[in-house]
Amino acid sequence: MSILGTRVLRTEDPRFLTTGGVYTEDVTDEQLAGACHVFFVRSPVAHARISGIDKTAALAAPGVLAVYTADDVIELPLIDPLAPGLMNAKMTRTMLASDKVRFVGEPVAVVVTEDPYQGEDAIELVDVDYEILPAIVDLDDALADSVLLFEDAGTNVVANFGDTASLKQDLFDGCEAVVTHTFMNQRVAPAPMESRAAAAAWGEDDRLTCWIPNQGAQGTRDDMVKYLKLDEGQVRVITPDVGGAFGAKFGADPEHVLVAWVAKKLRRPARWTETRFENLVAMTHGRAQRHTITIGGSKDGDVHAYRLEVIQDSGAYARIGAILPTLTILMASGPYDIPKAEAIATAVATSTTPIGAYRGAGRPEATAALERAFDLFAAEIGMDPAEVRRRNLLKKFTEPHQTSFGALYDSGDYAAALDKALEAAGYADVRAEQARRRASGDVTQVGVGVACYVEITGGGDESGPPSENATVEVHPDGSATILTGTSPHGQGHSTAWAMIASEELGIPIENFTVRWGDTDLIPVGGGTGGSRSLQQGGAAVQQASRELIDVARERAAAALEASAGDLRFDQGRSAFAVAGDPEASVALADLARDERLFVHSIFAAPGATFPFGTHVAVAEVDTETGKATLQRVITVDDAGIVLNPLLAEGQRHGGIAQGAAQALLEEVVYDSEGNPLTASFADYPIVSATELPSFELASMETPTTYNPLGVKGIGEAGTIGATPAVQSAIVDAVAHLGVRHVEMPATAMRIWRAVQAAKSAGSEAQPTATESA
Amino acid sequence: MMQVELTVNGVQRSDEVEPRLLLVHYLREVCGFRAANIGCDTTSCGACTVLLNGESVKSCTVLTAQAAGQQVITAEGLAENGDLHPVQQAFRSEHGLQCGFCTPGMVMAAVSLLQENPNPTEDEVREGLEGNLCRCTGYHNIIRAVLAAASAAAEPATAQAEVTA
Repeated sequence: MSILGTRVLRTEDPRFLTTGGVYTEDVTDEQLAGACHVFFVRSPVAHARISGIDKTAALAAPGVLAVYTADDVIELPLIDPLAPGLMNAKMTRTMLASDKVRFVGEPVAVVVTEDPYQGEDAIELVDVDYEILPAIVDLDDALADSVLLFEDAGTNVVANFGDTASLKQDLFDGCEAVVTHTFMNQRVAPAPMESRAAAAAWGEDDRLTCWIPNQGAQGTRDDMVKYLKLDEGQVRVITPDVGGAFGAKFGADPEHVLVAWVAKKLRRPARWTETRFENLVAMTHGRAQRHTITIGGSKDGDVHAYRLEVIQDSGAYARIGAILPTLTILMASGPYDIPKAEAIATAVATSTTPIGAYRGAGRPEATAALERAFDLFAAEIGMDPAEVRRRNLLKKFTEPHQTSFGALYDSGDYAAALDKALEAAGYADVRAEQARRRASGDVTQVGVGVACYVEITGGGDESGPPSENATVEVHPDGSATILTGTSPHGQGHSTAWAMIASEELGIPIENFTVRWGDTDLIPVGGGTGGSRSLQQGGAAVQQASRELIDVARERAAAALEASAGDLRFDQGRSAFAVAGDPEASVALADLARDERLFVHSIFAAPGATFPFGTHVAVAEVDTETGKATLQRVITVDDAGIVLNPLLAEGQRHGGIAQGAAQALLEEVVYDSEGNPLTASFADYPIVSATELPSFELASMETPTTYNPLGVKGIGEAGTIGATPAVQSAIVDAVAHLGVRHVEMPATAMRIWRAVQAAKSAGSEAQPTATESA
Repeated sequence: MMQVELTVNGVQRSDEVEPRLLLVHYLREVCGFRAANIGCDTTSCGACTVLLNGESVKSCTVLTAQAAGQQVITAEGLAENGDLHPVQQAFRSEHGLQCGFCTPGMVMAAVSLLQENPNPTEDEVREGLEGNLCRCTGYHNIIRAVLAAASAAAEPATAQAEVTA
């Protein structure tokens, strides 16, 4: 029986459960013996000119080895915005703030000490003089350009993706109903449980070895090479266990570069682990898009036209977040067949933490905007929101479908996912319960939200089609090693990759060692992100395993003095046997005795894949206090063939929780002066077990032809579907009171205010109407 | 500096420590037990949870000196003779961990929870683990794991009851 598709328990777990993982802070490599400790003095103000830095007191403090400022690291190159040509090239960054600081948390100085407790003390003693400048927090203030973050740039606009002049004036002509609305897809914190860290040591050969929690050692190495001006061969990046990443641990940040620089400068290994406060102000944030949607169609529910205008808050320095609106635009029309659709975006700099990728990265925003639009349209025409969706979904397709935004959807059956989710939710029953509570005027009302989505996973870049490499080696003792260019940080690649190779090679999964995240061992790799790993990295493991069998078959033919064509590989015994003569056989492992038996292979996919599904959420709202409680989340997430349901469900659960958390609770908040108000877990309401229900998952598997495993990405489905479904359920619970929209996160205060506003609007419009009418 | 004596994972120790040394740093840096992690600065996340005289505490909020004369058990000390503790086993069977960072603390919190309430409801488990944050699992499988560990512990007792009935 095939191991593929079965609930194999993770081989990783015993270690994590007993000794715990070896995260960067836990690494005890001998090269790190006697390491000094690096601390960062961070800007306490959002926008200011630095008029002076006095290191004297800090240098005199116990255990302080050095204090460095921008003048000391002037040899390090400027950090340019991503995507040259697309973004404003004048918005460069220095590794340590030089003339100005542009967000609270920006590193201003480095303090190096013998012991970590000394570092905590000493950073307080670096005296920085700031001439305060006006903060830029509000997006309209930023766009007004009255205060500039980068004077040389002449504007706060980082990039435009399309422009307002290109919008069609007649887009909504002929529509019987048109709704427009502006809302925020608010800024949230990725908040992996392990914050950022680094350890660095230089060898006598002037080679740098650094340990960094990341999502791809090779990309991190490339950044280190670039920013330290080294040759590729001079840097080895090792990825220890990584305590979560969610998109925010790609590449090297200034802090990582500076730790390596300090180690070189002091000729001594150096290490750094950030505090949670630092993590919440200095690791990139996610989302932070303002959406203006306009949707129009017929009164019987056909959507004819849709427009999405995005303002992306890129934070102080343009990182990947500034370019994510391109993904939002690409996915703007989602799973729907909308005859006329257009989308544009502007990314603008503000004096806040830079925006990066966060689970879904541009696609949750597209889905949230579109699904909110569908709800508003449904409310406008007085039709059931699920029915409006069903009417407008693309019909089932098995040949690729090109959207007007240029996305090439590989396969999809969106209506089936919707129907399955509604059935699993008992949609009619929930509506009946809702009707009962509305009729009785119950204080606790119930709402149901439906969100349909399609997303893009495993996309390539300008360098070509998406690909990944793997090496599979069988050893004489019957064990095997897999080297992968992907980089797990919780996903379970050790188990999944072993399952795939085991299926081909007949070697038990316990006998596999899966390795990643060491650029000396695996110089090339795309890492893990964008839900790419299984469809490309897993496919590469399968391909390498199959090619290994081909290589072994030739060796077996020689060993058995038989024709290769007469040999059959028996997975059950992991051995080749001559057809018709089972006695004449040779074990795969034996073929590795005289010569190493391994294959390195690169799998290239024809393109990105497009998983899809429907999420349904049920929420209760206390109409007197505004408190919302999430009761149920029911999802259908079709990511093609499922390799290991246990792992796939785990990915869905985690994503649903983060998605629901955005709708319910989480938001990074700044005051008008740019001070972060959510810089600890006491203030940032990271979702806990009490705020979530158990989730109800229904399965659906529509294979893709883009890889032999038939798989698409599953890592980000949860945040894409759950956020709008949960938001919608909350709005729906109070829709009968006249509420059409509640901003995220839907806190009790916001819901209560929306209810009050709707009530007073209702009583103004109909002064004679009674409360219950 | 001051001298403290305490028992960590069954071994009696005596160490000279700074008075301000946190228990989590003592366990990690002095004893070399690095399963307990530090995930926040505000006693919010629970990644550092260990058992102090059998009760779960967040070891980032206990001074080493406060633990003097007491028994500390970390995730490293939970398995016996190489066998996973039933709660550890349940976390594996139910896929209650992904990146593993919160796991040692979560497991210790769950052990303590089940000692206090051997047969909890789902809501009781959720409330009991409110102080332990996990960013990967959405808590779904953690809750299942704790409930599974509770029923596994209850099964022999039930079987016994049937025999004697």
